[in-house]
Amino acid sequence: MSHSQDKTPPAQLRDKRPDPLARMYGWANERYQLDGLIKFLKSKEVPMTRASIWYYAGGVALFLFVIQVITGILLLMYYVPTTDQAYDSVQYIMAKVHFGWLVRSMHAWSANLLILLAFTHMFSVFFMRAYRRPRELTWVTGCVLLGLCMAFGFSGYLLPWNELAFFATKVGTDIAGELPLVGPLFLEIMRGGEDVTGATLSRFFGLHVAILPGIMTVVLGLHLLMIQRQGMSKPKGWSSLPHSQRRAMPFFPQFALRDMLLWFVVLNALAAVAVFAPMHLGHEADPFAPAPAGIRPEWYFLAGYQALKWLPPTVGPINGELIGVIGMGIVGLLVLFVPFIDRTPEGGPRRRVLDIAGFIFLTGLILLTVLGHVLE
Amino acid sequence: MIYPTLRFLFPPEGPPILEKSVNVGKVADIPPDSGQLFRIGNKPGLLVRDAAGQFRAHIAICTHLDCTVQFKADESIIWCACHNGRYNLQGANIAGPPPRPLDPLDVTIKADEVHVSFPG
Repeated sequence: MSHSQDKTPPAQLRDKRPDPLARMYGWANERYQLDGLIKFLKSKEVPMTRASIWYYAGGVALFLFVIQVITGILLLMYYVPTTDQAYDSVQYIMAKVHFGWLVRSMHAWSANLLILLAFTHMFSVFFMRAYRRPRELTWVTGCVLLGLCMAFGFSGYLLPWNELAFFATKVGTDIAGELPLVGPLFLEIMRGGEDVTGATLSRFFGLHVAILPGIMTVVLGLHLLMIQRQGMSKPKGWSSLPHSQRRAMPFFPQFALRDMLLWFVVLNALAAVAVFAPMHLGHEADPFAPAPAGIRPEWYFLAGYQALKWLPPTVGPINGELIGVIGMGIVGLLVLFVPFIDRTPEGGPRRRVLDIAGFIFLTGLILLTVLGHVLE
Repeated sequence: MIYPTLRFLFPPEGPPILEKSVNVGKVADIPPDSGQLFRIGNKPGLLVRDAAGQFRAHIAICTHLDCTVQFKADESIIWCACHNGRYNLQGANIAGPPPRPLDPLDVTIKADEVHVSFPG
């Protein structure tokens, strides 16, 4: 007994020994120089202005993407990507698997919210002019990420193999098939043949769970790396303010903790929506049944859908669909190259033109989306 | 390696469709002013019997963006629900975005049964 007591270090010495967490930190810091990383994070500042609320949109979109990955991996445990089993396997997930209804609903709802947040983030960056030099490529990668999110939405929509998904895929792939020269080849590659069949389902599954996640990881990594390297964009007139009037918050830990708090709010809201408004599965796809009345695509494709409805069959010698495809392509390219188009000084008259163009684009997008939803 | 990879993405041609004609049903079972979808080869077909009792059939794929069309009894037209495309019972595009008529099929009545076949 006295022997073991002799081995115990005196109380003074015991107090000086680092706690296990500190020892773990010391171990990692010795190898990976974490002090430098924390110093870098602490040196980052987030400007505090009336527009600061928009800074949270990107973080929430990132959080929703993580939810997508987690719920998507869980769904993979039961989903079967064949035409005779896909619908039944999703029905099985929703009816039999413990909390399967919740996982699927959260996957579907967070996909919609993610696209909404990505659009919000894009427009806030546009109107705050945060894309300008030196952040041109941050904008470009952001636009690519939005396109990837929509591609995720489009490819994932088919996977339950229900009738809405079937016709949405027919229409969507047919639009891509309208592209000049490469359209028919593109259509065949996407569908895995002439029609939407089991081959299309296999391809969309591969796209949704392997190809797109791979590309997304790389582009998202680049996007985040650029933001970390260049820091947050400062609002107009910030740099001309005296230091005493520049209100800013350290990114770490203050802003990061606020970000995380908002993520928890979003997670709870998402769970509530998934519980009280679960996503319905609809009827199983039947390639030989007519398109059901009232069929519409997901809300983020409604603007394009409505525009296609209004286009005449032909404009002169040119097919109306082709005009639509080319028009949407031009709008997409204009958005992508905004930082290279806008080289005006802050507050110049051309800036006002861009503001008005952005406002018209946003209003048109919302209006077409609403009309696509309410009109027959 | 680029050529084999690209070629791999294009599926090999499937077996030829030998089915040139299908029996859709007995004349007596198809009332006037009605439409019926059926399968011909790997395509959906639409057989319409107008109010006068005459039969017409078309490939039931909208010429706009590939949706499957249907007979709309209240307006006596062929209708595509996807983008509100409209065709008359002869298959001609009459309203909405479809750029051209539906592809026609041949209808023959043999022993009181309706047979539909690819033209030619």
